[in-house]
Amino acid sequence: MDFVNATILLLNYIFVPALAYGSQLALGAIFVTLIYGILRFANFATGDMMSFGTMVAILFTWYFQSLGINLGVLPTALLAIPFAILFMIFYMLTIDKFVFSYYRMKKSPPVMLAMVSIGVMFVTQAVVRIIIGPFDRRFFDGERFILKANQFKEMTGLNEGLTIKSTQVLTIIITIIVVSILFWFLNQTKTGKSMRAYSDNEDLALLSGIDPKRVVMITWIIAGILATIGGVLYGLDKSFKPFTYFNNMLPIFAAAIVGGIGNPFGAFLGGYVIAFSEIFLTYAYKKFFMYVLPESMEPDSLLQLLSTDYKFAVSFSILVIVLLFRPSGIFKGKVL
Amino acid sequence: MKQYANVITAYIIMIFLIIMVGIFQSWAIALTILNFCLISAVMTMGANIQWGYAGLINFGIMGYTALGGLAAVLISVPPVREAWQVGGLSMLLCLGIIVLIVFSVRYVLKNFQKSKRKNIYIASIIIAGLIILRIVSGPAIHSIEAVEPAKTGFLGGLGLPIIFSWIAGAFFAGGLAYIIGKIALGLRADYLAIATLLISEIVISVIKHEDWLARGVKNVIGLKRPVPYEVNLQSEQWFIDLVAKWNSGKLNLISGAEEKQAALSQFVIEGSSVFVKLCYSGLFIIVVAILLIVTQKALYSPWGRMMRAIRDNEEAANAMGKNVVKQHLLIFILGSAIVGIAGAMMVTHDGLFTPGSYRPMRYTFLIWVMVIIGGSGNNFGAVLGGFAVWFLWIEAAPIALFLINLFTSGLADTNAFKLHLIDSVPYFRFLMMGIGLLLIMRYRPKGILPEKINIK
Repeated sequence: MDFVNATILLLNYIFVPALAYGSQLALGAIFVTLIYGILRFANFATGDMMSFGTMVAILFTWYFQSLGINLGVLPTALLAIPFAILFMIFYMLTIDKFVFSYYRMKKSPPVMLAMVSIGVMFVTQAVVRIIIGPFDRRFFDGERFILKANQFKEMTGLNEGLTIKSTQVLTIIITIIVVSILFWFLNQTKTGKSMRAYSDNEDLALLSGIDPKRVVMITWIIAGILATIGGVLYGLDKSFKPFTYFNNMLPIFAAAIVGGIGNPFGAFLGGYVIAFSEIFLTYAYKKFFMYVLPESMEPDSLLQLLSTDYKFAVSFSILVIVLLFRPSGIFKGKVL
Repeated sequence: MKQYANVITAYIIMIFLIIMVGIFQSWAIALTILNFCLISAVMTMGANIQWGYAGLINFGIMGYTALGGLAAVLISVPPVREAWQVGGLSMLLCLGIIVLIVFSVRYVLKNFQKSKRKNIYIASIIIAGLIILRIVSGPAIHSIEAVEPAKTGFLGGLGLPIIFSWIAGAFFAGGLAYIIGKIALGLRADYLAIATLLISEIVISVIKHEDWLARGVKNVIGLKRPVPYEVNLQSEQWFIDLVAKWNSGKLNLISGAEEKQAALSQFVIEGSSVFVKLCYSGLFIIVVAILLIVTQKALYSPWGRMMRAIRDNEEAANAMGKNVVKQHLLIFILGSAIVGIAGAMMVTHDGLFTPGSYRPMRYTFLIWVMVIIGGSGNNFGAVLGGFAVWFLWIEAAPIALFLINLFTSGLADTNAFKLHLIDSVPYFRFLMMGIGLLLIMRYRPKGILPEKINIK
């Protein structure tokens, strides 16, 4: 049964990790795309805002742990998320009030707002590093694995093991829940519809009596929720390090643009496109072909399309190709 | 004269600050700060040409800086003969293949009608070319990297004086800018920013991981210098005499001959490092001065007026018969080339090339803070921004430490909060940069020295 082994191999090393990573990117990409669609600027502080939310969640986690509160098999951080979100929303609204709103009133060009977001990026990064430090931090507790490779091998009698981390399952489930609520909100509720209208045509929306202040406020609130959840899920799955979060801004941007910036559903799928292509192109397929092909044709090289060092470069190349041939993204952008 | 009053005042304050560092900390530190200020000034001039003259956002400064540094390595390091013997021919062949791919793609682009078939041709040419490249280069790279991996493991360079790399760095960066410009200049402003940021990351990851080119993250150290070495200086008679003359006042105070000798040798050691840094400063000042004169002339030439016209109203300039696309590409290349010079200068100054140290925060966003704070569109402003921001970037930690001690003076020295703040002193520089940028953007959006246009 070599084909079964080969499938399990791909599932274990490509499909499951890419699905989890893609979900984390997707949340960030929706965050970027919402800001772009409604507030009309590229937010370079994305990564650092996510790291800020995660930092708050970590601080709450530590606090709960010191009180002896935990969720058993689930990580304590899940309990901290709602508190972190509240804090993050407050942070976002403060920034908007003191920094962004001024330029919005003045109707500055989007470039100006992007520059301002760089200032916010510097400040947020400094605050995060001053409070929690630049080091790698793991804040996961509870049960690490749902399925271990050895257990799977014993259960099925196959050569290849399948490992499923609880964080991966949590990431995927939470992403699906959050994204479905978000789409329901945008498509079904009156507020969501007014946001879409505002994004589509600002002047027309104002004429129909939509309150721009309210739209902007709700956008920041949603952005705060997405940033915190996305950041905490990434930190649970891997680890929290401010510099990594800053760097994650780049594949997140790639995902948002590939999906068509301004289009949340596109951004959602864009996250998976980026994650899957990164992992597909940098995986060494030697073992896979050893299972699939007869012994005489066994490959002697690693059969890796690109070395894993180029993981980031893959997503950026996809972005460049998309920008060249379909600048509005795979799904047409600018329609919320 | 009066219109330059604020420029002159600003520069005098800046020089005064650096001299203060010399007096209170040490002259070696002050000169290092000065040298990096000059390098930053070159970078900001490059970015300012693109942003201030033409309104193009280039977030790829890191990539051009790294290419300039790569040029320094490829020009100055002597060639590794063994590596060339085992793999040089294949690498040259690869270069040929790349050229062949580019030309065949161009041929298809020009001579075929727009259709699905054309796209398939282009895709198949590129994929086939990449596969051939992999097959040809794979074994060659392996054998090149196997040549004394601890010391070389790369092809080496040309073995020329490193000063030539400043020109080569400009060409490298300009070449990259040509490619990026062809790809991305048609994009909207914020897309261009993101695209250039991501492309510069690709450049860095190639330099980091192609070990045969410049040893990748294993770094190249001990590059040749355009100025004398400290050790050689210390044994030169004329230099010792010079130091003795310079410090004669202090030396005369010392009575014993032996003590005098010891003091003198101490002065010589200190003096040699200051002298070397002064030599660098001299070289850098020459570059900055030349660039300032050229850019200033360009700004007030018919070409500069045309660029401003394009920046302020693209459609109108286009209607007047100016080729906007071509001029944008030109200015993109020129600005990037200047950043490339700065990259080569920096590696020359450090004497080592560390691809791992190129990070967007330091090499892209910080440079942009300099441009915005200094004053976009004004060359003197850009240079001042480079000076002021770099100075603050280095001196932020001591300033922050001072402020923390001042505000927490009521707390005990063992107070956890105070200790934590003191531990995180290095990160206050980000805070200062961010707040500085936000304040300038809010209250003086044109920078410290705003653009001045004299209409005659």
